[in-house]
Amino acid sequence: MADNKGVLILAEVVDGKLAAIATELLGVGRKLADDLGEELGALLVGSEVSGIAQEAIAFGADKVYVVEAPALKDYRTDSYVPVVEKVAKEVMPKILLMGQNSVGRDLAPRAAFRLETSVSTDCVELAIDADSKQLLMTKPVYGGNARAIYTTESMPQMATLRVKAGEPLERDDARKGEVVNIDAGLDESAIRTTVKDTVLEEIKGIKLEDANIVISGGRGIGGPEGFQELEELARMLKGAVGASRPPCDSGWVPDTIQVGLTGKIVSPDLYIAVAISGSSQHLAGCGGSKNIVAINRDPEANIFKEAAYGVVGDWKKIIPAFKEKAKGLLA
Amino acid sequence: MNMIVCVKQVIDPEAPPASFKIDAATNSVVPPAGVPPVISPFDEQAIEAALRIKDAKGGKITVISLGTGLLRDVVKKPLSMGADELILLEDPAFDGGDSWSTAAALAAAIKKVGEFDIVFCGRQAADWDSGQVGSGIAEILGLPSVTLAKKVEVGDSKVTVERVIPDGYEVVEVGLPALITVSNELGEPRYATIKGIMSAKRKEPIIWAPADLEIDTAQIGAAGRRVKMLRLFQPVREGACEIIEGEDEADAGANLAAKLAEVKLL
Ligand SMILES: Cc1cc2nc3c(=O)[nH]c(=O)nc-3n(C[C@@H](O)[C@H](O)[C@H](O)COP(=O)(O)OP(=O)(O)OC[C@H]3O[C@@H](n4cnc5c(N)ncnc54)[C@H](O)[C@@H]3O)c2cc1C
Ligand SMILES: Cc1cc2nc3c(=O)[nH]c(=O)nc-3n(C[C@H](O)[C@H](O)[C@H](O)COP(=O)(O)OP(=O)(O)OC[C@H]3O[C@@H](n4cnc5c(N)ncnc54)[C@H](O)[C@@H]3O)c2cc1C
Repeated sequence: MADNKGVLILAEVVDGKLAAIATELLGVGRKLADDLGEELGALLVGSEVSGIAQEAIAFGADKVYVVEAPALKDYRTDSYVPVVEKVAKEVMPKILLMGQNSVGRDLAPRAAFRLETSVSTDCVELAIDADSKQLLMTKPVYGGNARAIYTTESMPQMATLRVKAGEPLERDDARKGEVVNIDAGLDESAIRTTVKDTVLEEIKGIKLEDANIVISGGRGIGGPEGFQELEELARMLKGAVGASRPPCDSGWVPDTIQVGLTGKIVSPDLYIAVAISGSSQHLAGCGGSKNIVAINRDPEANIFKEAAYGVVGDWKKIIPAFKEKAKGLLA
Repeated sequence: MNMIVCVKQVIDPEAPPASFKIDAATNSVVPPAGVPPVISPFDEQAIEAALRIKDAKGGKITVISLGTGLLRDVVKKPLSMGADELILLEDPAFDGGDSWSTAAALAAAIKKVGEFDIVFCGRQAADWDSGQVGSGIAEILGLPSVTLAKKVEVGDSKVTVERVIPDGYEVVEVGLPALITVSNELGEPRYATIKGIMSAKRKEPIIWAPADLEIDTAQIGAAGRRVKMLRLFQPVREGACEIIEGEDEADAGANLAAKLAEVKLL
């Protein structure tokens, strides 16, 4: 244990740039590293990623470990787990962090078991305990009804960070850091899965995760027609449409617009929840919004406990009038 | 096709948030009065995935559940849906574990079952929401894993899995045996049939204690824990909601738009 030092984060790359989660991890990791008085490392894995090393430094890394191989272009469990294992054994970090997203959800648990350590997934807060110097990992449990704080003695202390739970640093291109190449040492015959196809849902308009205004509908919308009304409103407000799980499960809207614990995490300035009861699992995905507005016919609905503004009543009467008024105001 | 499905009994995650209580002194959750526990919903979907394969190709489904205080009506539900066998790891020594020790015990039980082509788990248990026992079992048993399945189709000696990704899905092929975790996009699990309920009633679960498994008791339950829970608490909800009124619902809707414009949110 005494030999483990520093903080290492997995820096994911999307479209040739650092992913938002990578900058968030660097922000959180920087603070942890400073509190320990140790280094912050970033691990870049992919086929052509070395060009991004400087960006990771600009966002806070002291050292960037680059692992490149053609087979690492896309994420595969069996190609990434051995890379994380190899790097973790060479670098020996005290703390190893990833994002709680498509990659981290799959990679972190398997890598943790491979390294014979543990991982606390979906953390919303990470801090160093002033006395023990251990990592305190705070994670919502029971769908968000409670939070647990975990620690571990096993090394490295691993956690995944919830998307948008961390604050990136201001980009500073004058920052200096070191880049270290590590050989992937991949045995491609050990990759046991093949991806035959990738099917992507077409996104119309603004991306849900990037929108400043999100209008989400729940079970009470009643069918796909109602969502068309929300869609029109969203277009008018230059926002995006989301949903709770039941409309996705019922096929009224694509699964990809589900907001919540097991869907997308959004934190717009304005989140309008229409006919959504406000389950803890749904709030896990929108609780970070600056302002929640609830429209629900049940005055006791839990969503009103989270909302800044609310209207009690039938959305079918409220939304058209809201739209009409907003149109006038925006004109 | 021999399939094993791991299912966990949990406090009903759909119980109203207001009924959720914890006992801060013991860092534990107080089960809400009058709300019976359920099989974790994703685990029911894992059962459904296995049943669809059984419908198409035939085969045997063995269900394993680890826990204490397992209600027979609850843990027998997979049998009443059409699963064949139920194994319970119901012993205090298995209790109080973390994802690591839970995966270790389940992996040892799966080894003892012996013959299997696919192990199914849920994507995450609806209580601790950790989402790692499946991958952990795969790692311990040296199996390939595909997580977040929304569709599973069995061909000759391999399966094709539609795996959920943020903006769609991937079609992944994997050889057998393999471990697959199931997400809700798979679709609704089927209801139990009357016939199923009757035959489940008659079927006694097989109960295994640590001594029945090839595993060191230091690896299971609280003894095998690698993660320590320091504290469990309920976050305080602050903030009061301003209810916007009007002469009628439509008027209230218009007033809401005016209010949001006034506070510069539109
Ligand atoms: C009193 C108490 C104290 C606890 N203390 C700690 C602690 O100190 N540290 C800690 O990390 N956790 C602690 N836990 C939580 C711990 O027991 C988790 O339940 C355990 O980590 C299993 O992980 P999970 O439920 O998050 O499963 P996940 O990884 O979310 O489960 C994924 C899938 O694995 C399968 N699975 C999981 N569990 C079972 C099971 N029991 N039987 C059959 N299949 C299963 C299911 O298919 C499930 O869908 C405590 C729980 C209790 C009740
Ligand atoms: C492990 C786990 C993970 C989950 N992950 C997610 C997740 O990521 N995202 C998610 O959303 N859910 C998730 N869920 C499901 C979650 O528990 C709830 O079941 C779900 O969020 C409820 O959706 P809802 O609010 O739309 O439906 P309901 O709870 O049925 O609420 C419908 C609401 O609509 C109101 N209503 C009905 N008609 C009208 C009308 N005409 N006008 C105005 N109001 C009306 C009702 O008063 C009610 O409040 C998860 C569950 C589990 C167990």
